[in-house]
Amino acid sequence: MLTAENLPRPPYQNYHEWYAAQDTAHLIRKTQDAENIFRKTGITFAVYGHADSAEKLIPFDIIPRIIAAREWRRLAQGIEQRVLAINAFLDDIYHKQEIIRAGRIPRELIEKNVAFLPQMIGFKPPGGVYTHIVGTDIVRTGEDQFYVLEDNARTPSGVSYMLENRETMMQMFPELFALNKVQRVEDYPRLLRQSLASVAPPGCKGRPRVAVLTPGIYNSAYYEHSFLADQMGVELVEGSDLRVIDGRVKMRTTRGYEAIDVIYRRVDDDFLDPLTFRSESALGIPGIMDVYRAGNITIANAPGTGICDDKAIYSYMPEIVEFYTGRKALLENVPTWRCAEPASLKYVLEHIDELVVKEVHGSGGYGMLVGPTATKKECEEFSQKLAAKPHNYIAQPTLALSTVPIFVNKGVAPRHVDLRPYVLVSDKVKIIPGGLTRVALKQGSLVVNSSQGGGTKDTWVLED
Amino acid sequence: MLGRTANGLYWMFRYIERAENIARLVDAGLRVALTRAGSSDEDWHGVLESAGVREAYSEVHPELTAANAVDYLLRDTANPSSVLACIESARNNARMVRTALTRETWEATNEAWIDLKARLSRPLKATDLPDAIDLIKRRAGLIRGAFHGSMLRNEIYNFSRIGTFIERADNTSRILDVKYYVLLPSISQVGSALDNFQWESILRSVSAHRSYGWVYDSEYQAANIADFLILKVQMPRSLAYCYEKIVSNLSYLEADYGERHKAHATADAIKAMLRRGSITDIMDQGLHEFLQDFISRNNQLSADISEGYRFYL
Repeated sequence: MLTAENLPRPPYQNYHEWYAAQDTAHLIRKTQDAENIFRKTGITFAVYGHADSAEKLIPFDIIPRIIAAREWRRLAQGIEQRVLAINAFLDDIYHKQEIIRAGRIPRELIEKNVAFLPQMIGFKPPGGVYTHIVGTDIVRTGEDQFYVLEDNARTPSGVSYMLENRETMMQMFPELFALNKVQRVEDYPRLLRQSLASVAPPGCKGRPRVAVLTPGIYNSAYYEHSFLADQMGVELVEGSDLRVIDGRVKMRTTRGYEAIDVIYRRVDDDFLDPLTFRSESALGIPGIMDVYRAGNITIANAPGTGICDDKAIYSYMPEIVEFYTGRKALLENVPTWRCAEPASLKYVLEHIDELVVKEVHGSGGYGMLVGPTATKKECEEFSQKLAAKPHNYIAQPTLALSTVPIFVNKGVAPRHVDLRPYVLVSDKVKIIPGGLTRVALKQGSLVVNSSQGGGTKDTWVLED
Repeated sequence: MLGRTANGLYWMFRYIERAENIARLVDAGLRVALTRAGSSDEDWHGVLESAGVREAYSEVHPELTAANAVDYLLRDTANPSSVLACIESARNNARMVRTALTRETWEATNEAWIDLKARLSRPLKATDLPDAIDLIKRRAGLIRGAFHGSMLRNEIYNFSRIGTFIERADNTSRILDVKYYVLLPSISQVGSALDNFQWESILRSVSAHRSYGWVYDSEYQAANIADFLILKVQMPRSLAYCYEKIVSNLSYLEADYGERHKAHATADAIKAMLRRGSITDIMDQGLHEFLQDFISRNNQLSADISEGYRFYL
């Protein structure tokens, strides 16, 4: 919130004045109020692997993260460029594969990749859109210095927290929204529905029928699935509700089977169609891939987009952006060592205590090593795993992440954060001003994942 | 609406209704223990029986004690009909049909679950019981109030209501069936202290010990009590009232969908039977036989509804 001279950074000016006039005990009460709102509303998530599988609340911090309009415009341009490049890249690798032929990316990295789906080769998804919803993870290291951590082109989650965080802030501190002109995020569900409807398949007649596909109430993000279906006013379906009948995907209603045109699926590729992918999957719909290829259903995001979330592919993003947009990437990539390359592996093993090592297909903060905070023993154990399967890992330096203030019982304290803005892609690209700010609640920690004890806060993009 | 959603609503409201009824049964049981001289733990047999869990109880607890029976009925999650298990199931169903519920209804259900889970997760002392039972009834009342005040009167509402009344009819008929022998004219000594006691406990189990006096004489009479709980349309827990509601909710669905199912015929026939019936005929033919027949027809209706509206297939 403050500059080196101990003055509030410009976007925080109004907030800082307001905060100075607040009583700490009052704010502690507000923090408890917020927790009660979340608990009452049932905004919870399940942590896998916990014996009690209890529903947990994500800790919410009452101090908003504030971004100036100017900063945001820069970021948004960079994100848009990157998202367009990702869609062009997906279209290319499933069609002409020019980027491989141009020698900019190794063939085996694409074709041997488990997230590459041969079933998608030669098929153009409705509207030519692969990643309808993207949640780019961004960190900041200094004034105007942004890095993309992950692209999350598969099924980014957390948008319900962006919306509920704002809702909660408006309920608790209405006066702040009079003092600051904050850009709206509330339109997201409406925009999402419009965006999904606009990429209805060729076989759709009349008004497109949209549904959200969830693995069910025991999934960790179930709250979000039901929230989005509710806010969009569309059905929330499970695989057991759906069947392929007469070449269409239909849902079982109280009056018989009715066709669906667009599925926003929150089920992984592997589980989507037991006839095409994992045969034991009970979450999917047998035969949906045939309907898809026949142009009678839109699946968002398209199957096979997960390859962009591969961390080895990530390391090529600067080349990918330049190849498809003809311009240098506006947002920086974190320098990445691909452990599959012998020279890199050697470097990573020698410097493991300085690096963050991640699995190429990992997510959610699982299966990674943060060298600087790990014990010697942990580093040694991880080195063995790494040496045994080098192609499974990449490594990155720890960045000097910027901090933002959070509210603690004694007042404010700095913590590391990242930012996940949400992007909708149809015939145009829409970026919701703001996004989800995740906070590492432990002092000094760099891990913001909710499954690892991270929290969230409201994110404001100010009007000019 | 999805068939699975209709199923979820139906069961959500069956479980809420059941939780409340179990709480009432326990309440009536405690009342007996408190006020009747010479009462013993054996009195809980009837309560367990009314809740339909007597056999399951004896598998877990070889001996019958008041404390164990209350524990089993209120908070043992191994008992699928315990209040805690019912609230858990109701809330799981509510989560599944979250998009069909108003925010008020969902929050009332979720808060009921949070509060009751906290309250019932530890063993209850005898002195805590009145409060705990009161909390259950209050929470169920809040869900009902939020539901009535905020839900559209459409198919969602109809399936929820049908669930409520099928469960209620089942509960009322079981309460009567367990105690049917005290209502038999040949056995009971009209006006004896013992009978008065039993009868009041029946009425208490359906929260009707006061309203009885408004409809009949202040004197308890076996035939009047049976009439009240079976045939009196004004009595909200009577079988007749439940079937008035079920039939009208089914007819809204029929009008809405333009479709009639086997369930409609089944419900109409039960309603007609309750309308035609007189309590003297029922008692003459045998109350127990009547109730057994009713329970199985009520179950049949439940099956017809899940089939007609594609709850599962």
